[in-house]
Amino acid sequence: MTAAPTAAAAPAPAARAPAVLPDRGPGDRLSRTFWRRPGLLTALLIAPPLLWLGVVYLGSLAALLAQSFFSIDPFSGLTVREFTLATYAELLKPANLDIILRTVTMAAAVTAGCALIGFPVAYFAARYARGRWKALFYLGILLPLWSSYLVKVYAWKLILAKEGIVSWAVEGIGASAILNAVLALPVIGGNSLSTSYLGTWIVFVYVWLPYMILPMQAALERVPVSLLEASADLGATRWQTFRTVVLPLAMPGVAAGSIFTFSLTLGDYIIPQIVGTSARFIGLMVYQLQGTAGNIPLAAAFAVVPIVIMLVYLWLAKRRGAFDAL
Amino acid sequence: MRSDARPPLALTLAAAAGLLFLHLPIVLIFLYAFTIEERTYQFPPPGYTLQWFAVTWNRPDVWPPLYLSLRVAAVATALALVLGTLAAGAMARTRFFGREQISLLIILPIALPGIITGMSLRSAYAMMEIPFSTLTIVLGHATFCIVIVYNNAVARLRRLSGNLVEASADLGANGFQTFRHVILPNLGSALLAGGMLAFALSFDEVIVTTFTAGQQSTLPIWMLNELVRPRQRPVTNVVAIVVFATTFFPILLAYYLTRGGSETAGSGK
Repeated sequence: MTAAPTAAAAPAPAARAPAVLPDRGPGDRLSRTFWRRPGLLTALLIAPPLLWLGVVYLGSLAALLAQSFFSIDPFSGLTVREFTLATYAELLKPANLDIILRTVTMAAAVTAGCALIGFPVAYFAARYARGRWKALFYLGILLPLWSSYLVKVYAWKLILAKEGIVSWAVEGIGASAILNAVLALPVIGGNSLSTSYLGTWIVFVYVWLPYMILPMQAALERVPVSLLEASADLGATRWQTFRTVVLPLAMPGVAAGSIFTFSLTLGDYIIPQIVGTSARFIGLMVYQLQGTAGNIPLAAAFAVVPIVIMLVYLWLAKRRGAFDAL
Repeated sequence: MRSDARPPLALTLAAAAGLLFLHLPIVLIFLYAFTIEERTYQFPPPGYTLQWFAVTWNRPDVWPPLYLSLRVAAVATALALVLGTLAAGAMARTRFFGREQISLLIILPIALPGIITGMSLRSAYAMMEIPFSTLTIVLGHATFCIVIVYNNAVARLRRLSGNLVEASADLGANGFQTFRHVILPNLGSALLAGGMLAFALSFDEVIVTTFTAGQQSTLPIWMLNELVRPRQRPVTNVVAIVVFATTFFPILLAYYLTRGGSETAGSGK
């Protein structure tokens, strides 16, 4: 890239001659080659990362797919490396379908919870926070996003424990009856918060909340104030403006955030293990099948389920324009 | 959207509550590291002590996982720095055939849930009969760390004015001299930020790691085992504080290094 301007500035006859590039050593000669063939440099730059991702990552994904079409010999416990659909057929057993349904329901509930709790934070940060407060909000959302996942889950084990801070606070304000009534509810209730679906749900919402807030905030930042003023000029109340102007324009952000919360909940196997009933989720099944059970084909087939669900989800989200807000 | 109106009280309260919800739980981890009660999570703690820091220091089972985690994070970060910068260099330079697909491929390991990356690697190791080792952990970590470095580097390269590179060439520098004296100094802080985020991400990663570690224990795996089968609970809290601090400060520093541009250090996790 050395001599182009020189050539351009030279008189007409010289412009036809090849550009004069300095030649002071191998560095110059290589630079000259790259200057004349820019594609070569791009190819050299992209080759190592592409090779790594292609071999390590795509190769592994292919191995995952392949394993899901293998089966396990019921007598020897060894993997039979022959194509079969039997492993996928096993997924359709009622017990396994239950697990899939339970996981998807939990993912939907977590997504709804994150959207509800996260919206005021995103709205405030986008519309009212400024200067130092804006930075504080940004950091306040970013730090929990990045801080250790396991530490966050552990914190909730402390909070929800039978003798922990929630029980203490509830007793302190004399609301034990309310907590017991909630825990007595069918399905979501249980012996205590730490052994109920409600507890699992709370921890999921907490851990994935920042992933929902950031895209919602990005979508809300883009809503022009003039639109809200126009709505008010036309006689809409605050609530009407919110419902008919702000909320529809925030939806792409919610959809983008829901991709994270949904997919992360589908694949998690640690939270249901630490807080919740002993009921199993997709992630937990994958973890147990590949570990103690040693059934890698069925574990692989279970791992394909979230991929398929997410592909369908992404296709739906794309149709609603969710990616514009990413 | 920006307005000068005062926010409604209900909104302010809901936003404040949301932020508190995000931060208060972490405080408890710190509190419980000082409790004298080691069997339950009684609140409020019946008394306070500093002994657990000494106990943790003397527990021999804490140190090997810590060393392993540090080693894995260092190697994975180094690999990600090289591969992520190369990818960013290529992607910021030109548009070429398959560019969109490659950008998707770089993001995929972090976009798909960790369990899929983990189970995929586990399947591949099983198929090729590769025994578990430090290297099998590093392979997984480096793969999802590439995108972190890439995001930071590509954002900085886009902001770097092409005029600077042309001026350098006009003054007689060849491509390597331009890289060394113009591009690298401009890219430096973005790479530092990306490297620290990658380190933090690798240091506390557990979901992929359990699938690629076999019998080895990184610090997060040690913690997970303590969560399932606790003994001396406050020791787990002390380790949790160490993990938290090891990830917290690099993240904070990365934020300040990349602040002010369109790039945002954390938005790519």
